[in-house]
Amino acid sequence: MSIEEYKDVWVFIEQREGEIFDVGLELLGAGRELADKLEVNLCGVLLGNNVKNSAEDLYAYGADIVYVIDDPVLENYRTETYMKAVGDLVRKYKPEIFIYGATSNGKDLASAVATEVMTGLTADTTMLDINLEKRLFEASRPAFGGNIMATILCKKHRPQMATVRPKVMKKPEADFSRTGKIIEEGLGLKEEDLQTKIIDIVKSAKKSVNLEESDIIVTAGKGIKDEKGMAMVKELADTLNADLGASRDVVEAGLIGHAHQVGQTGVTVTPKLYIVIGVSGAVQHTVGMQNSDVIIAINNDPEAAIFNVAHYGIVADAFEIVPKLTAELKKALDKEGVTTNG
Amino acid sequence: MNILVSIKQVPDTKVIKVNPKTNTLDRSSAPAILNPYDAHAVQEAVRLKQKHGGKVIVLSMGPPQAANAIRKCVEIGADEGYLISDKKFAGADTLATSYALYKAIEKLEKEQGIDLVLCGKHAIDGDTGQVGPGIARRMGMPPLTNVINVESVDTDNKLIRVHRKIEEGHEVIESPLPCLLTVEKTINEVEYAPLPNMLRAARYEPYVWSVDDLEDVDIKQLGLKGSPTIVGTMWPPEKSSGAEMIEGSTDEQVSRLLEVMNDTQELLAVKGGDGA
Ligand SMILES: Cc1cc2nc3c(=O)[nH]c(=O)nc-3n(C[C@H](O)[C@H](O)[C@H](O)COP(=O)(O)OP(=O)(O)OC[C@H]3O[C@@H](n4cnc5c(N)ncnc54)[C@H](O)[C@@H]3O)c2cc1C
Ligand SMILES: Cc1cc2nc3c(=O)[nH]c(=O)nc-3n(C[C@H](O)[C@H](O)[C@H](O)COP(=O)(O)OP(=O)(O)OC[C@H]3O[C@@H](n4cnc5c(N)ncnc54)[C@H](O)[C@@H]3O)c2cc1C
Repeated sequence: MSIEEYKDVWVFIEQREGEIFDVGLELLGAGRELADKLEVNLCGVLLGNNVKNSAEDLYAYGADIVYVIDDPVLENYRTETYMKAVGDLVRKYKPEIFIYGATSNGKDLASAVATEVMTGLTADTTMLDINLEKRLFEASRPAFGGNIMATILCKKHRPQMATVRPKVMKKPEADFSRTGKIIEEGLGLKEEDLQTKIIDIVKSAKKSVNLEESDIIVTAGKGIKDEKGMAMVKELADTLNADLGASRDVVEAGLIGHAHQVGQTGVTVTPKLYIVIGVSGAVQHTVGMQNSDVIIAINNDPEAAIFNVAHYGIVADAFEIVPKLTAELKKALDKEGVTTNG
Repeated sequence: MNILVSIKQVPDTKVIKVNPKTNTLDRSSAPAILNPYDAHAVQEAVRLKQKHGGKVIVLSMGPPQAANAIRKCVEIGADEGYLISDKKFAGADTLATSYALYKAIEKLEKEQGIDLVLCGKHAIDGDTGQVGPGIARRMGMPPLTNVINVESVDTDNKLIRVHRKIEEGHEVIESPLPCLLTVEKTINEVEYAPLPNMLRAARYEPYVWSVDDLEDVDIKQLGLKGSPTIVGTMWPPEKSSGAEMIEGSTDEQVSRLLEVMNDTQELLAVKGGDGA
């Protein structure tokens, strides 16, 4: 295998029922930077049933070329069909770099393709870069429960592949004046030949909140103690028109529903402002919020780990400072009377 | 129905420390445990065995001490354990790991037949979740990842139906056996080990295989040599130069906080506007 034959940066574009997942667009943004550094094309890989029409939308997010395989068999994700489709494309068109969203199906696909074409795959990355001198892809990721960051290299195999966590890269502004081209290929699989069958897709009830979309989040930790503390934090959140977040301990204490949990086993959030009150700052919490634009932490323990990820820290008793802050904010926002009446 | 569970011994990442001088993990700072997801995989295998008969075989690649993780599986109810241990396996990335495990599973499959392979969703140390799908690909089995429920197993027609967790909920998928599942922790509760299992586990010695015990092995695909990826630099995660601490009396702190929030004034004004 000659490494030089491999060109271009590819992004897997995950979709369901024709609706493209944001992570694919985020990765087009990140992939654009990689492709520009390498002076190569950025390509999207779009598979599904009746998805061809969406292909052109990808130019606006930075794609120069979109590889499309449109086939009824690809209606829903299955490893055996998607792996065949992607494996064929890789062997034929030889990308230098190939990135996938680290979703359930994105990780499943990338792992299968890596084994199929025998190349390296870096998991759950949060930083991507190019070493131009060596023409190497540098993909970095947290490992060991977030205790360490590591840069992983794939020197002798192509494509250099990585999965990238959703919400880590910024979705680019759409530029609808950009154009590109579509390259369509066939799949060559029939439903009868397949092993697995999807019987049903069960969508869970819509979550009451969607913190992933919030601009401001006020999060309560175990330091707020009980319902009274929770009510105090909620009043601050209401004043700011913010959504409520919580640490796992608060959720487990039954003070608020799981949809509000931020962290490794909750949601990953990136608001403009994250105010975190009475949270100690365990990695399982901070992995879910450390990319917020501005983080303000309030904790009565000056040694609390949360101050390591916060931009602004206040050592104070939450029960003293939060009500004052809420009152002052109400004045400043000239909202007195509005929120107090509900 | 013979079920093989692939299990890994890992350092407890909740307590592990990073050596600040070398930026490497101080493994002696953390006890070695059975990867928590794998405990659930073993529990699920035991549950399926109780229903459908057969036996539960666990397999691990690791240093000799990994026998302890296998003993833990025997506590949960595994019948047999195999440890593949050899210097030639060292330094493996996920591609080389799945190759070595595949070679061992192939041998066990020949010797006793394997109807189902279970893995954890991921190991808490390497944390890639790539080994399970890699084994499946090599065995030519369908991989069913992120499984939260085994709905049914039809041993006559050799079919399994499971629920896979996906972003919007879950999907119900049916696959022929043999196949490979990677399991989420929510698939079951790991039960307290009954006393006879504990006694058996304490004295249990797994079969230990070296590379020479496996068949048709391509040495070039093992360990560091067989690994396309290498770990370059490592560093502790960004401890942002530390927070700017806001000092003073509560009133002073509050007014400085308001100033800080003023930087996001545009945001607050828009939001405030909605409410008023
Ligand atoms: C596999 C796994 C997954 C996990 N997933 C998550 C997850 O998704 N999200 C998550 O949050 N956690 C998660 N955890 C749990 C995590 O490790 C921590 O245990 C949890 O985040 C702690 O919650 P806390 O900070 O609210 O509570 P504590 O750690 O108890 O901290 C309370 C803090 O409040 C401060 N405090 C006390 N009184 C006051 C006061 N009057 N005023 C101000 N401050 C005060 C204390 O100084 C302390 O720092 C997970 C753990 C594991 C093992
Ligand atoms: C900091 C760091 C970062 C790394 N990043 C990458 C990377 O991005 N890509 C890469 O290819 N490699 C990477 N590696 C190497 C990787 O950790 C090893 O290959 C490891 O042997 C398997 O990967 P894992 O721990 O991620 O397992 P996972 O794939 O997360 O494990 C999933 C399941 O596979 C089974 N399994 C895994 N290992 C074994 C075993 N030894 N014996 C039996 N069953 C097992 C278990 O059922 C487990 O639950 C990294 C290593 C380090 C130290």
